[in-house]
Amino acid sequence: MNVKSLKDLIDICEKTGETLHKVIMDWEMLDTGYSNDYIIEKTSKLLSVMEEEYASKKGKEFKTLIGLTGSNGKKMLEYLPKAYVGENVFKAATIAVTMSESNASMGRIVACPTAGSSGVMPGVLLTLEESGIERDKLVLALIVAGGIGKIISMRASLSGAEAGCQAEIGSATAMAAGGAVYAMGGSPQAVSHAAALSLKSLMGLVCDPVGGFVEVPCVKRNAAGATLALLFADIAMAGVESVIPFDEVVDAMMAVGRSMPEALRETGKGGIAISPTARRIMKNLKDKLSIPEDN
Amino acid sequence: MVSILDIIGPSMIGPSSSHTLGAMRIAKFAYNLFGTPPDSVSFYLHGSFKETYIGHGTKLALIAGICGMETDDPNVAKADKIADELGIKYEFRGIDLGDVHPNTVKIVIKKSNSFHEVIGSSIGAGRVKIISIDSIVCSVSGDFPTLVIENEDVPGALESIIRIISTNGINIAQVNLNRLSKGSKIASMVIELDDELPSFVLESLKMLNVVRFATYVKPI
Ligand code: SF4
Repeated sequence: MNVKSLKDLIDICEKTGETLHKVIMDWEMLDTGYSNDYIIEKTSKLLSVMEEEYASKKGKEFKTLIGLTGSNGKKMLEYLPKAYVGENVFKAATIAVTMSESNASMGRIVACPTAGSSGVMPGVLLTLEESGIERDKLVLALIVAGGIGKIISMRASLSGAEAGCQAEIGSATAMAAGGAVYAMGGSPQAVSHAAALSLKSLMGLVCDPVGGFVEVPCVKRNAAGATLALLFADIAMAGVESVIPFDEVVDAMMAVGRSMPEALRETGKGGIAISPTARRIMKNLKDKLSIPEDN
Repeated sequence: MVSILDIIGPSMIGPSSSHTLGAMRIAKFAYNLFGTPPDSVSFYLHGSFKETYIGHGTKLALIAGICGMETDDPNVAKADKIADELGIKYEFRGIDLGDVHPNTVKIVIKKSNSFHEVIGSSIGAGRVKIISIDSIVCSVSGDFPTLVIENEDVPGALESIIRIISTNGINIAQVNLNRLSKGSKIASMVIELDDELPSFVLESLKMLNVVRFATYVKPI
């Protein structure tokens, strides 16, 4: 089983009639020696952490490390009944923002695939769960998301420092969109289209955190990721296909990442991080953040 | 090969895998040298760690590690108070350690009359590389049980040490050898093991004439 692409995994499904999550778990067994049961148990634990953390953080205000965010999840939860975009979409965004604010205040998170993008997957999975999709299906969806993420990590990168935010929020969104399609009962092909469509729509996104810290714009980008993932899951379930196959989108994303200047890769030296307001904020914070030199 | 569990996880304390999780794991490795909380600790922060000290919680993560906390313990954000309760005195300083990874910290821990020093780098995704233990240069991940030995540099010393480990059925994953200086009669080695080291094996190693001291460090 020499898997190099999402297409390889889908081809195996089509040849053998196996389900996508099972093919991914067998691939995992060959790579790491982990049994299918072990993968399911550990994945279920990761989902539990998302569930427990959101249950305990829902509607809370946070004191984040830098203090540039912290009460947005609470505001959004209060507004939820009025949301024009509809309950599910707004709920996914609310959960994503809450979990991200928790991350910025040293809360417990699941780095899926990174800490900065850790709001996207719970935003999607917990919304699906609240709307009545069984938990077992969500565990399998998370395994499928892991397969998608692993393909991205092999062909490209999941790191904002290497390839910009497209590799973090973009990858998280592709993983969540594919996982959502799987939970909704979509085919492996539809999983791949949802992942490709979402990654394409975030292609080129730069990593420009103010001061280099995971608060602005990261927290609200998690909301964008979670809502886009649900949107493209639905679009793929409607039968819409991505003209460019997922694996080629991943390769293109990496090529774009390589051509990004360092200022736009997590250094805090480009994008909104050097806007006049960001500079002013960081100037005011400077003393609070510094450490005594050795002498 | 990377596992999907490392892609969809781990569960950790935010906000940064290299500046929070990795920092905490280096401090946890230092904690494991005594296996109990030290009386005092000095952290010397190099490179990016100086900048992420507050903003990415590097400071609290290091304190949490030295208190022996688990890497996803929700109380990491209160680690300074926990250290106070445990009676651990801590201080932070900036330092320039030269040509090392940007996320590097030197940790000195003291307990009664003994002390240990660890230098470690956080190399991404929560992975760490310990590059020095008690001034012995090495390159260990902290994922394996680790044995640190200083010995007389005489023929047969290495064999007698390895023999005790392997006759007790423990597999050796990797050995780093060092001679403290050319012409000096003291050498050192850092050995990564596949299995935990029972205390009687450590005691038999300490009883060897060629062994000056031996310390065992549990995996992080
Ligand atoms: S802007 Fe950078 S630090 Fe923030 S979420 Fe995106 S990749 Fe992560």
